Amino acid sequence: MMDLQLTDDQRLIRQQAARLLADRAGPQQLRQTVAAATGFDAALWRTVARQLGWCAMTIAERHGGLGLSLTELSLVVEAAGERLAPLPLWSTACAAAPLLSAVATEEARAAILPRIAAGEIAATVAWGDLGAADPLAATPVTAVPANGGYLLDGLVTQVVDAEAADLVLVPARLAQGLALFALERGAGHETRQIETLDATRQIGALEMRGLRLSADARLDADGFTPRAAASAIATANLGLAAEQVGAARAVMDLTLAYVGERVQFGRVIASFQAVKHRCARLEVDLAEARAMVLGAAANFANAEDDERLLEARAARALASDLLFRAAEESIQLHGGVGFTWEYDPHLYLKRAQAVSALLGSADRHLEAIAEHLLAEACHER
Amino acid sequence: MSDDRLAALRAEVRAWLSEHLAGRFEPLRWRGHAGDGDALPELRKEWERELAGGGWTCPGWPAEWGGRGLSVAEQVAFQEEYARAGGPGRIGHIGEGLIGPTLIEFGTPAQQQRFLPAIRAGTEFWCQGYSEPQAGSDLANVRTRARREDATGDWLVHGQKVWTSLAHLSDWIFVLARSEEGSTGRHGLIFLLLALDQPGIEIRPIRQIGGGAEFNSVFFDGARARAEHVVGAAGEGWRIATALLGFERGISTLGQQMAFAQELDLVCRIARENGAARSPELRQRIARAWAGLRAMRYLAMRALCDDASREGRLARLGYKYHWSNWHRDLGRLAMDVLGPDGNVVDGDPRRERLRRLFLFSRADTIYGGTSEIQLNLIAEQGLGMPREPRGDRS
Repeated sequence: MMDLQLTDDQRLIRQQAARLLADRAGPQQLRQTVAAATGFDAALWRTVARQLGWCAMTIAERHGGLGLSLTELSLVVEAAGERLAPLPLWSTACAAAPLLSAVATEEARAAILPRIAAGEIAATVAWGDLGAADPLAATPVTAVPANGGYLLDGLVTQVVDAEAADLVLVPARLAQGLALFALERGAGHETRQIETLDATRQIGALEMRGLRLSADARLDADGFTPRAAASAIATANLGLAAEQVGAARAVMDLTLAYVGERVQFGRVIASFQAVKHRCARLEVDLAEARAMVLGAAANFANAEDDERLLEARAARALASDLLFRAAEESIQLHGGVGFTWEYDPHLYLKRAQAVSALLGSADRHLEAIAEHLLAEACHER
Repeated sequence: MSDDRLAALRAEVRAWLSEHLAGRFEPLRWRGHAGDGDALPELRKEWERELAGGGWTCPGWPAEWGGRGLSVAEQVAFQEEYARAGGPGRIGHIGEGLIGPTLIEFGTPAQQQRFLPAIRAGTEFWCQGYSEPQAGSDLANVRTRARREDATGDWLVHGQKVWTSLAHLSDWIFVLARSEEGSTGRHGLIFLLLALDQPGIEIRPIRQIGGGAEFNSVFFDGARARAEHVVGAAGEGWRIATALLGFERGISTLGQQMAFAQELDLVCRIARENGAARSPELRQRIARAWAGLRAMRYLAMRALCDDASREGRLARLGYKYHWSNWHRDLGRLAMDVLGPDGNVVDGDPRRERLRRLFLFSRADTIYGGTSEIQLNLIAEQGLGMPREPRGDRS
């Protein structure tokens, strides 16, 4: 039996993250983020990335990282999710770094991962199809060799944390398959921030028109397939699921606090069984999704790519449904004030809807699982 | 617990089962589980003694009482291997998992000497006398009466227990009864051990929606519990009865999940064969079932951790609601995958198994604390929400 008990160190990491974010990313700061519509808190980012090493968790020690497991990373991402913290944490630590680890050359990894680990840069990935369960199956970006370098063309309509990122990793179609390019800040590409429903996460468009890159901007050796990036896609999904579980915890806590105070018919409404049971059912679903996320994170190092991806998809499917329902129930159980701008549940509803479409909606992940279960002989599992 | 030792234990269990769950015991594979609990009773009793001979009854008990003193992780490994091999439902479960640990904790030395060896040896079987017609979810409402006979000090029991699993195959019953006249609620209760084979006890089977009869009504009309067969003292019944429920730590649930996985596997196989696998809606439900089962596995592992955090507590409290609803949903999914074939009763063993699943899983959300009670517990003990009003009783 795998030991799923968190270690004392893991608990401490989780508690410290929660405490820091309660202080630095509380409801007031969240409102400022929403008003400023930047989706990014540069000062907080410096603290967590440079001083606390949140992006260094899973990076190997030889690359300047802490060499910890996905469990530790999931715990801090979960804490960030609770506060809807405007940080490029998921993009950098759960998407860009794992993609580099999966498909970049050792030379490229040795050049970039230490900068991520040290918190010197924020990074992101311009997934070709941000809404797909296989976000590398198609990409609007093409690359052609030119004068010893490459010319890149294409418009990626939505890139998470595009403005905040100092480095954008761009999967592009080359004649022989996919190649991965590094766009450092000022490389000549254009990013344009988009106004979004979920104002707590930054999204930008990335445009490249005949963008000339030197040969060393290419990070892979000789092309890769989406399959080769499976562990990176799994990590990115697991990270989103952890974030969703954290956000669900927080919005459920808002609900519990409200129903514990609101008095009608001479009783707090938390004493009505109709209210209690709805809260309790959400708790079961939260325990389910959280167990799936932390279980998949703990199992990650021992699992093959197929299993990693299946478990990450399961975590996403559960967490996407969970967060949406937790936010929806929060508005409902808050009654009239739940519909107001002043109360916070709507921020979580907007996050719930926006994040549910990233890297594949719940039903797409379920379809991918079904394809695996029903296409070939079912193994004893 | 090192992985090496666990692996060695698993190998030992596998080897023993492949040698012993064979020959005349072969028909027992996969039989006798929930919904099929009255299958092949005599052979299953013999199987208990076979298990005992191999030292595989009560492996979690201390060595003093013939156990192996296995850790939680080792017991889980044993349960998983047992389920993987198709080991039959355990008639000895109530003795091994519930009354045995209770007697080890609360019994007198004489009670321990009298009862534990026979449970360990697979020669005496137990059933649980808790629920009554008026005491289901509200267990503290038991009305079965126990009156002390002055001449002997024995206790004479009058009343009725219901939903008593496998009473017709058992030798002893433990009974929660009211020893203090006029008492209500959790006070004035007594925990008694009674031999079933005596005048004054009548066992009537209850036919279930699946057609079988695993459980029974047990009627007491002056049945006798000997003076030395009180566990704890008169008045302490509630404390003993609830402590007993705490011994069920869910170790067997990881074995149960092996059976769930096999059921899901069968559903997938049939879906591929009959074309149901082409239905987008059924594909979603099958995948959701897979995700839920994976999560259940991790949830059980978390629930078995000694994790005092809020999350740990909620994982434990939510576990029963989760698995029972998952299983009931799987039952319906199985029938939907079968389509019109699900309605045909022709003895086809795969269909029989799924039909049993469909019907018996209706009980999962009722026994051992209904879903509604589970949600109350989660809300009250897990989330600190106000308690339900309790009528006029303390």
